[in-house]
Amino acid sequence: MQELWNYMVDNQAQIWTYTLEHIQLVGLAVVIAIAIGVPLGIYLTTNDYLAETVLQMANVMITIPSIALFGIMIPILSLIDQGIGFVPAVIALILYSQLPIIRNTYVAIKNVDPHIRDAAKGIGMNTMQKLRKVEIPNALPVIMAGVRQAVIMNIGIGAIAAFIGAGGLGVLINQGISRSNTTMVLAGAIAISILAIAVDLLLGLFQKKMTPKGLE
Amino acid sequence: MIDFNHVTKVFNEDIKAVNDISFHVPEGNIVVFLGPSGCGKTTTLRMVNRLESITEGTISVNGNHVNDLNPIELRRNIGYVIQHNGLFPNMTIEQNVMAVPDLLGWDRKKKKDRFHYLMDLVGLNPDEFRKRYPHELSGGQQQRIGIIRAMAADPPVMLMDEPFGALDPIIRSHIQNEFLQIQEEVQKTILFVSHDIDEAIKMGDKVAIFRDGSLMQYDAPDEILAHPTNDFVRKFVGKDRALKSLSLHSVQDLVNEQSLMQASETGKHRKTVFIDTNLKDALSILLNQEAEQLVIQSEEKTIGALTIHDIETYLHEKIM
Ligand SMILES: Nc1ncnc2c1ncn2[C@@H]1O[C@H](COP(=O)(O)OP(=O)(O)OP(=O)(O)O)[C@@H](O)[C@H]1O
Ligand SMILES: [Mg+2]
Repeated sequence: MQELWNYMVDNQAQIWTYTLEHIQLVGLAVVIAIAIGVPLGIYLTTNDYLAETVLQMANVMITIPSIALFGIMIPILSLIDQGIGFVPAVIALILYSQLPIIRNTYVAIKNVDPHIRDAAKGIGMNTMQKLRKVEIPNALPVIMAGVRQAVIMNIGIGAIAAFIGAGGLGVLINQGISRSNTTMVLAGAIAISILAIAVDLLLGLFQKKMTPKGLE
Repeated sequence: MIDFNHVTKVFNEDIKAVNDISFHVPEGNIVVFLGPSGCGKTTTLRMVNRLESITEGTISVNGNHVNDLNPIELRRNIGYVIQHNGLFPNMTIEQNVMAVPDLLGWDRKKKKDRFHYLMDLVGLNPDEFRKRYPHELSGGQQQRIGIIRAMAADPPVMLMDEPFGALDPIIRSHIQNEFLQIQEEVQKTILFVSHDIDEAIKMGDKVAIFRDGSLMQYDAPDEILAHPTNDFVRKFVGKDRALKSLSLHSVQDLVNEQSLMQASETGKHRKTVFIDTNLKDALSILLNQEAEQLVIQSEEKTIGALTIHDIETYLHEKIM
């Protein structure tokens, strides 16, 4: 225990650097995942058949072990000289994020009270106005919950990205294992947990702030 | 103002919700759609602002076929109060009420003035409610907000689907009166769905009675009560239709037709009522309070007295 504490204090600067890398990796992946997943989820509400297919695919995606996914991507991305490192890691995280984000967006928009949707149409809102003023605001808490879930999941999976050289806190675990240094592995694991808990708390606050007052 | 011309609506190729109905709604009238659940009232209403397509026939508003108009613009020019109020839970009361003016791009000052005017109209304090959310209001308050939201951009036509549905009888009657007062001032052309015969008689300039998608009778309330066209209408308006129709006539109407007897100067079996009292209430007073005669007051003067017998004569000669 004492040893672990000493290790973390001694390597403070290094751990901070890895933490920032980790945040960068997950942050970028989630921003891109939102940019893809939310519009896609909204679009799917207009096409039930496609919705089922896409949600199934996202479901399957999330069951692929991350190591295997990296394994598949290495030869493909090698074609553009990005087989290992930051790029494949971000892509993998984006893919994993799709299920919670698309699913929550889809379900949230679908579940907006039909009377409210009807009122929006009935007073003369067009499709975009209806989405922007009524459907998205009312769906926001559930969409945010999906994003939060994706972020937490990605902080965990992001640790494995170190195996393909993407950096982040996984490096501690990776190197710890190869050097049989349990302290280092533990330090990495603990740092990741703390990061996950802290981010979850922050996002919880953010979610509260984003929720329209009338829905509380 | 609004014309239905052989309008039919078929859902899913085999459910005939509305069956070949035709009628004319004059400008400034309230027409009440009345009938049992599932008879096609809501569907008929929603074809007017194109929330439902018209399978056959035409509907025109102000001489224009609704199918020739842009649906978005059409809806912005027709106030719509939906069954179950449908307020937007994410918006404040002010944002809800100003939803249509917002879409129309009104400036801030104009919106603010309009909000104040409308809130005053339904007796709610604008400053107290402006920043509140729908779930912080009582059912009756929510329905008032639903109504003024539909009136916000001052549309000439309003569609109201059971706007007072979820209210207890006392509040309901209060809001009905309030609404009739507002209507005196604003003179909108209104289609109003109800399944309550008493509400229809009270609110309607005309009443349209539906059964299984067909129009059974379209007439003024007293006409429907006095001369139901068939057994369905007769049953629907109820055995007490004679009594109901008395509520549509005032003592004044009776005085115009019959001469009153002299009010006796003394005696405890007399009650005083004003000339604008309706005959149903007058009769109730005679029955409940065991008065033998009602002394009629008009502008502080006694103009004569009325007995049960006079009301009966009037009912038989003028109403039924
Ligand atoms: N979207 C729809 N698809 C299929 N059938 C429908 C649809 N909307 C209404 N109907 C059917 O059309 C008929 C008329 O329905 P409508 O909603 O107009 O009745 P209503 O008179 O308003 O009844 P209520 O008093 O219960 O509101 C009903 O048989 C109903 O089941
Ligand atoms: Mg209805």
